[in-house]
Formats: sequence, structure tokens, C-alpha cells
Amino acid sequence: MSVTEAPTSAIGTPLLRKEDPALLTGEARYTNDLNVPGALHLAVLRSPFAHARIASIDVSGALQQPGVVAAYTGADLADAWAAPMPCAWPVTEDMKNPPHHPLAVGKANYVGDGVAAVLAQTEAQALDALQAIDVQYEPLNAVTDLEDALSDRVVIHDDLGTNTSYTWELKIGQEAVDAAFREGGAAFTVKERYIQQRLIPMAMEPRAVVAVPQPFGGDITLYSATQIPHILKIMTAITLGIPEHQVRVVAPAVGGGFGSKLNVYAEELLCMALARKHGVPVRWNEIRAEGAVATIQGRGQIQDIELAADENGKVIALRVRLVGDMGAYLQLVTPGIPLLGAFLYAGVYDLPEAYDFSCTSVFTNLTPTDAYRGAGRPEATYAIERAMDALAAKMGIDPFELRKRNYIRKEQFPYTAFSGLVYDSADHLAAAERAAELAGYEAVRAEQEQRRQAGDTKHLGIGMSSYFEMCGLAPSRVLASLNYGAGGWESATVRVLPTSKVQVVTGSAPHGQGHETAWSQIVAAKLGVSPEDVDVLHSDTAISPIGLDTYGSRSLAVGGIAIDMACDRVIDKARKIAAHQLEAREDDLDFEGGTFSVKGTPDKSVPLAGIAFAAFTAHDLPEGVEPNLEASCTYDPPNFSWPFGTHIAVVEVDTETGGVDLQRYVAVDDCGVQVNPMIVNGQVHGGVVQGIAQALWEEAVYDDDGNLRNPTLLDYMVPSAAEVPSFELDSTVTP
Amino acid sequence: MGVVRLRIEVTVNGTTHTSEVEDRMLLVYYVRDVLGLTGTNIGCDTSSCGACTLHVDGESVKSCTMLAAQADGTSITTIEGLAKDGQLHPMQQAFHENHGLQCGYCTPGMVMAAVGLLNENPNPTEQEVRIGLEGNLCRCTGYHNIVKAVLAAAQQGAPA
Repeated sequence: MSVTEAPTSAIGTPLLRKEDPALLTGEARYTNDLNVPGALHLAVLRSPFAHARIASIDVSGALQQPGVVAAYTGADLADAWAAPMPCAWPVTEDMKNPPHHPLAVGKANYVGDGVAAVLAQTEAQALDALQAIDVQYEPLNAVTDLEDALSDRVVIHDDLGTNTSYTWELKIGQEAVDAAFREGGAAFTVKERYIQQRLIPMAMEPRAVVAVPQPFGGDITLYSATQIPHILKIMTAITLGIPEHQVRVVAPAVGGGFGSKLNVYAEELLCMALARKHGVPVRWNEIRAEGAVATIQGRGQIQDIELAADENGKVIALRVRLVGDMGAYLQLVTPGIPLLGAFLYAGVYDLPEAYDFSCTSVFTNLTPTDAYRGAGRPEATYAIERAMDALAAKMGIDPFELRKRNYIRKEQFPYTAFSGLVYDSADHLAAAERAAELAGYEAVRAEQEQRRQAGDTKHLGIGMSSYFEMCGLAPSRVLASLNYGAGGWESATVRVLPTSKVQVVTGSAPHGQGHETAWSQIVAAKLGVSPEDVDVLHSDTAISPIGLDTYGSRSLAVGGIAIDMACDRVIDKARKIAAHQLEAREDDLDFEGGTFSVKGTPDKSVPLAGIAFAAFTAHDLPEGVEPNLEASCTYDPPNFSWPFGTHIAVVEVDTETGGVDLQRYVAVDDCGVQVNPMIVNGQVHGGVVQGIAQALWEEAVYDDDGNLRNPTLLDYMVPSAAEVPSFELDSTVTP
Repeated sequence: MGVVRLRIEVTVNGTTHTSEVEDRMLLVYYVRDVLGLTGTNIGCDTSSCGACTLHVDGESVKSCTMLAAQADGTSITTIEGLAKDGQLHPMQQAFHENHGLQCGYCTPGMVMAAVGLLNENPNPTEQEVRIGLEGNLCRCTGYHNIVKAVLAAAQQGAPA
């Protein structure tokens, strides 16, 4: 049910991706593929203890090893940092944020915390030399459990005096909440605890960094497997004390991120600092098991959720208490992640102003957490949907029936939520009914009951989840109210070249999402050119200087609109030139299919190609019109976008072995107009599998001493094709 | 413990190379760092992910499980050797047409494994494709379109 605007429009077409040929043939260059003559290789020695004082570090042994050029401790590099590693989201005025540097000084606070670095001629030499560094550790008790962290039995960061980083609250209608949960208050209440286990992002491309200095040219180029070249430029400039205009950041082909490459990492800063110090390029490749501890992890929350409902099951109040696991330090947006869910714990339901949310986040002796796959929002959806099932069970009614009684109804949109946020449009019931129809909901429920009655050892489990997701991050003013350290706009430039080919410069930074294809479709539809004639430039701050990058489901919803609006400005300018050439008034011109024509006199026309060339030669432009045909736009969205839908899973559970076999998975999603439905479906497939994997297989398992038990792909269960089924997808579009 | 260097002769994508390699050098590093064929990717260090899959004498091999020295005398095809005369190999074309890739990092290995799979079983069922590609991990696509692509290539009788 995808929408096509007009038969000639490129919007809504499953155009094959222009990114593919380079990726399919091995021609694409990821950071690790770059050939940089003379580069030294960095290797980082990491703490094997989750919590230990560093009594001494002796790097002299490493310096004796073949190929080794230098070796450093954290203390050696203390002068290299103009500022600590950045946390851009101080969620409260009194949030506690310990100083965090690329190499630990004095104490190691998680397994994987970098304590020393080696530079050598080859990667193997650098890694070998790590073994010759002598570190004397004095192990301390590790804090690995969130409630233990809250107790302050062991305080990780001495100067903070506590493990609690912050408490953040959102309380709306406290009296109504208290009344509902009072003894004899609401007809039904449920209280549930859910654990969001830590996840390891495991993007298929490990992180990689190359820093290339030009000491006499006065600048430095950082190539990094990152989602955020623009933010990284600003942050590395600040952290290293380099003037921002002397830093160029390039994200070459990037092999997936899922939030894990939305950060400013120690290795990026080390490569840059050491490249400047030595005056030669420095590079680093993450090893998979190293990345499991040195790259941020996802999730990590205890969720206590309470629902109160009236006698019909209508939810009347909601209370949520979170404990968020920050890990040992605050990375770029660590503290904000649980709060992104704060607005979504009521899910798709018509909750009155009776909401009591509080999140206390604590430090642990574990790898820092940060954004991963939905970042706080899927956690909220999981909790409310599980709690709704618990409420349905308590009331003895079908979970779908309970949802029907609570969905925000289509006619209530635009809907002002309890939080004050406005949801623009949705039809939850329609999406859910479509999913139920596809899944044969009634039939599988009947079979479920029949197997129970028959005492079958294999039972059916049926999971239904309806969701809203707060996407298109984000209106800058809303971010300001959340104390976020930047805006949420996106920038675009559209440039029609003299030969009528089109360049688009975007501030988004794709790493698998197909922006080159989708953005081409937007421009093609607007300007009446072929998508093949559009070149999308991105991910290099020398080419695309302004941008806020790709994360938080923002690139199309914010960056795509910036492109659309820049196209409008190009058309406005072209219209002036066309009017001049056709000796007509601007408002007498139609623009369609890439051609301006005089209304009522279609043979009086000029194609955009002709205007582009005229704008280039500038021989005969109307008064006040500058040469060349290009326009820029920076778009700040007035609201989030609110995609929604319902997914249904049918699993068979062997009650004797506990084995779970996922038999059916139906997803009905509504993300509005789809620019390229093929790409949209691909995004859904990937997201669904990561969700299934969290439900069934994935967890970063730590022992009580803070050792990660499953750091490799042998023992961390990223599913293969053999573990998952094919999916049944459909979509709705709600105006 | 000195470094031992060995002389090997390997034919890669039709060109014969004679090289001196360190005894501990893995085949994937030989292909990438010595020959400069960086299409073969490294995604793990436990032979789990399959990103480095290529063909040795016509069979799919995870090139991190083999020493360069062991490849002496063999004929190797990497992802760079698959497209011919500027045309994508039918398996590459099938991945393209079925959106069987997103970030592309697993793709060279996945495509090589898929070609190897059809060499052994030209008409696999969906389940056989899923099990056949078990050794290749992808984090973006959820495999749905990869499986579709391989089945489509099989239906078109994709040659090796």
C-alpha cells in the first residue's frame, strides 16, 4: 500500500540502489581499506580488571620490540588533551560526569579501559609489543550490578562520592497517579519488572581510524568508521585543542553502525594526537573481541513499570522507575538514552495526564553504554507492551482486546499526549487489525488453546506489539528543553551543474541506509531529472561542511526535507531566469517534468538544462540574479515524526526442552510516504532481526568480577540466516 | 624466535603472483595487504563472520582460517574476480535486484559463499540456503533479501 504521488514521480519507486555495484564488487573502500603510505599502527593495551588502581606502568619493554616506534601511558599523554572526552548531554544541572580521557590515569574502571598505547611499523608488531608492557594493578571490588551500584557499597569515581550520575523525572498529574495506585484506587493494577540486558552492537565492520597530519599544511584529516563526521569534527577539535577549521573528518564506506559509531572514541583521539606528535599518519583497526569491550554497548536498564486501569481495562495511570546502567564513564550521549524512552512508556495508548516517570542512572565497572538500535525507545515499547499483556492476563481478556480498548483512536489525531508532545497522525487499530489478519490471529489463538487443552508438549506463544516511535531527531527547541548540547536540524545544498547534472550535498552520513539512492529520488521527483543524473555527496566535512549526521531515524525525516526545500529554492531561482528568457511573468510559468512553460502556451518553454547553462554563462541573467544554479536549506523540524505499527510473532515453545522456534513474524508499519519501499522493507527486516535477537539470544554476559564472558562472535549470538525465518510485511500510510 | 619467510606462488583472479610471506600471515592479510585486494573484509578474529570468504580452487574458504603459505600452488578467486567484462556476476546482480545488501561489509563474503553454495547445490530450498549461509553473518538485512537473492540466482541458473 505504498503511496505514489504521481505516475511520473520517482517517489515511491523501489529503485535499485546506486550504492550497490561498488559494494558488490569489493570496489568500495572502508576505512581499513585505505592505503596510507608511512602510517604507524596504534595498538591499545586494555585493562584486564574491571576496577583496579594502576600502581605503575613500565613501557620500556615494548620499546625493545621489533618495529616499535613509541609507547605511551595515560600520564605521558596528559598534556595532549585540551578537554576530557565529550559528553554532549548533561541531562540535569547536577549530573555527575567523571573526567574521562583516552587512556586511563591512576585507575582502570572497566575491562577494556585503555591504559597504554604502542606505535609500531605494522599492526602485528604493535599488537605483539603490548605483551611487553608491565602494568602493576591493585584490583578493587568491581560494581557490576545496578542495585549494588545504587547502594554505593563501592564508589567507582572517588571524587564523585557516589555512583549515581543523575535522577531525571517527568511527573504529570501526580495526584491522579497517587489516587490510582492507592489501596482501593484503580480496579486493576499490575506491577512488573523487566531487565533490558546489555547488548553488543556488533556492526559487521569493526571500527577503524586513520589520522593523516599535514604539519606544514596546518591541518589534520581523520578517516573514521563513524556515523557522525560532522559532530566528530567539532568534538575532536575541542578535545585536542585544534582550531576546528583545521580538522577534516571523512567517513569512507561505513559498515553499519546501529548507534555504536555515533560517538567520539578514545582511538580516534589517540590516532589524531599521536599523528600530530609524530608528524606521520597513525592508524588503528579494532579487533572484534576488543570492540566488544571498547565500543559502547546498548540497553542496560532495570525497568519497574506499574499500570492502573479502570474496570474496562482502560489505562488511567502509569508509573515507571528506571535504573540506567551508564557503564564506567559517560560517552557522547550516554545519559540521555534512557530518557529518550521517557515519552514513550504510554506507548500507543490514550493515557490521561497521570504519568510518573523517574530514571536514576548509575556508574558500573562495565563498558560505557550509549545509543543502540532505537536508543531508549524500544526499551519503553518493550516495557509497556509486556505490561499490557500482564494486565490482560490479570483481567482474563485477550491482549488484543485490551489494546483495542486503549489505542488512541484515529479521530483523536493530531493528539496531544500526556507529555505535551503532539502526535501528528496514526491509525493504530487499522495497522493492528491488518497485522492480525495477516497472522491469522484468531486461528493461532484457537490453535494455542487447543494445544493447551490437548496437553501438547509444544505450545504456541503469540506476541503482539503495537508501537509509536519518536523519530526524526529532532526539533532543536525540544532538544534544548532536554539539555542536549546541539540542535536537531539538517542541511542540504542542491546544485544544478552547467551540463544539467545535479549535485546534492547532504549533512546526513549514511552507513548502509541507501541515502544516495533515496536522496536522488527526491531530487529527481522535484527537478524532473533522472535519478541517475543526481550525485549525492556526503560524509566528508571538506565537501559537506555543515551537518548533524545519521542517527535517531532522522536522515529522511529531517535531511530529506532539507533537500526537498533546497530543490524548491533552486526552482524559485530557475523560475526567475525562465521568466526572463520566456519574457513571461514568474507566476505565469508552470514547472513540470523539468521544464518551465508558459501557462496556456506550452510550446513556449525552456528546460531546466537550458536554465542551468544560462546560469553558468551568466551572459543574460535578469537584474539581481546571481550566476549559477544552486541553493541551500537548513531544516529544523517543528515536531518529531511518529511512525507506528503492530508486529505479531508466533513461536512454538517446546515445554520439555525450553526450545523456541519462531514460526511466523508479521510486521505492519506506517512510516508515512515511502520514498523507496524496497529500502524501507530492508530496514524493517534488519530491525526485526535485531529485536528478535535481543528477545531470544543476545546478551553481553558479565561475571561478578566484571569480565565479559562472550566477547567474540563465537559466543555472542548474532543470529545467522539459519536462525530466523522470512518475514511477512505490510504497510499503511495514514495522512 | 625469528620471522620465517616463505616463498609462495598463487594464482589470484587469473593472475599468478610469486610472493615472500611471513609464515604466520593469514591468507586474508595476503590478499588484502600484499595484493591490495581489499574487497575481502575482516569482520572477526574467530572465523565466525565469513566476511573474508573467497574461493580456493573453486571452494568457499574463510580466508582467516588459512595461512597464506597453505595457499601455495592454488588458484584463488576473490570478490574482485567475480564480475567479468564490466558485468556483475549473476549472483552479484541478484543481490542488487533483491536488495540483498545494505552497508555492504558482509557482502563480498556473502556473495562468494552464495556462489559456492550454488556450486554444490544448484537448486536449494529456502531452508538449504539459510543453513548453507550459516557461516556468514549480516547485521543489516535480517537475511530476508539475501535468501531471496540466492534463490533468484539459483532459479536463473547462475553459473559459478
